[in-house]
Amino acid sequence: MKAKNEKWNACRAAFPYTFPILTGFIFLGIAYGIYMHSLGFSAIYPIIMSFTIFAGSMEFIAANLLLAPFNPVNALFLTLMVNARHLFYGISMLDTYKGTGKKKLYLIYGLCDESFSINCAVDIPKNVDRGWFMFFVTFLNHCYWFLGAAIGGICGSLVKFNTEGIEFVMTALFIVIFIEQWRKEKKHHSALAGLGLSAISLIIFGGNHFIIPAMLMILTILTFLKKPLEKAEVTA
Amino acid sequence: MTMSLMQQVITVAMVVLGTMLTRFLPFIVFPANKPTPKYVQYLGKVLPAAVIGLLIIYCFKDVSLLSGSHGIPELIGVAMVVLLHSWKREMLLSIAGGTIIYMILVQVVFK
Repeated sequence: MKAKNEKWNACRAAFPYTFPILTGFIFLGIAYGIYMHSLGFSAIYPIIMSFTIFAGSMEFIAANLLLAPFNPVNALFLTLMVNARHLFYGISMLDTYKGTGKKKLYLIYGLCDESFSINCAVDIPKNVDRGWFMFFVTFLNHCYWFLGAAIGGICGSLVKFNTEGIEFVMTALFIVIFIEQWRKEKKHHSALAGLGLSAISLIIFGGNHFIIPAMLMILTILTFLKKPLEKAEVTA
Repeated sequence: MTMSLMQQVITVAMVVLGTMLTRFLPFIVFPANKPTPKYVQYLGKVLPAAVIGLLIIYCFKDVSLLSGSHGIPELIGVAMVVLLHSWKREMLLSIAGGTIIYMILVQVVFK
């Protein structure tokens, strides 16, 4: 009984944090389902793809891949490029995901932007099991996305509510997390480097090619800052 | 549709494989039962702040400053979130406020 309570506790603690994502994913998922519908795919496509790929932006791109001439190697490399940012999530979560047992496989499987942003920044209450908390953050997000895509795919043509701009809910979530992190940290070098270098990279390379140069610039700067930042931490 | 069902399955499988590679690779290269190199530990500590910054910029990748609405709705939306959050520090309020303002701007003001 104790184990059941522990899970329920963690689920209840995790839910409020995922609430913005519930809104965002249901609407974005619906938008994705409708998009697939408009391209002529039956509902089974968004249902299977939202469940297996579980990486929002990549699924929109995958829809286009399915309409282009068959080229699996291109599909693989494009995915690696678009999702390269996950490498940074993984490196950031090496420690956080330690000791979570079998759940770790699922935590890594579901390491999307939104799950990462919550799990890396949240202060989990003391009486809540860490592993299960992060599991439910990931699992709830996965459910929202899957449900949204299924709804959109099945009854896509019936949605009449104008949802234009709803995607801003994700932007707003990331900004709030950024501010919360900002308040917690003593040095803002890394946050500023991430924001500034990504912006510079976006201006130079454009929307479709900026992520990898931005990642390289961030790595370079953080490598140079290693000594001064570590020194600051020791004295702080 | 030009692809056969099998080709579609392979294409989706490639996207799944690519996504999973990017998610699992760090955990495979630096397994939990072996000490993680100091440099990677350092990156694990400082990267999250930078990556959230990258994610914010990523949200604006399709915004053009030179055409359309010149990124004004985005700027106002961001300002709204920052203001609300500095004022009340209620996550859901900041997110809802910013999003509603943004939706009004793109649907009604900057059509």
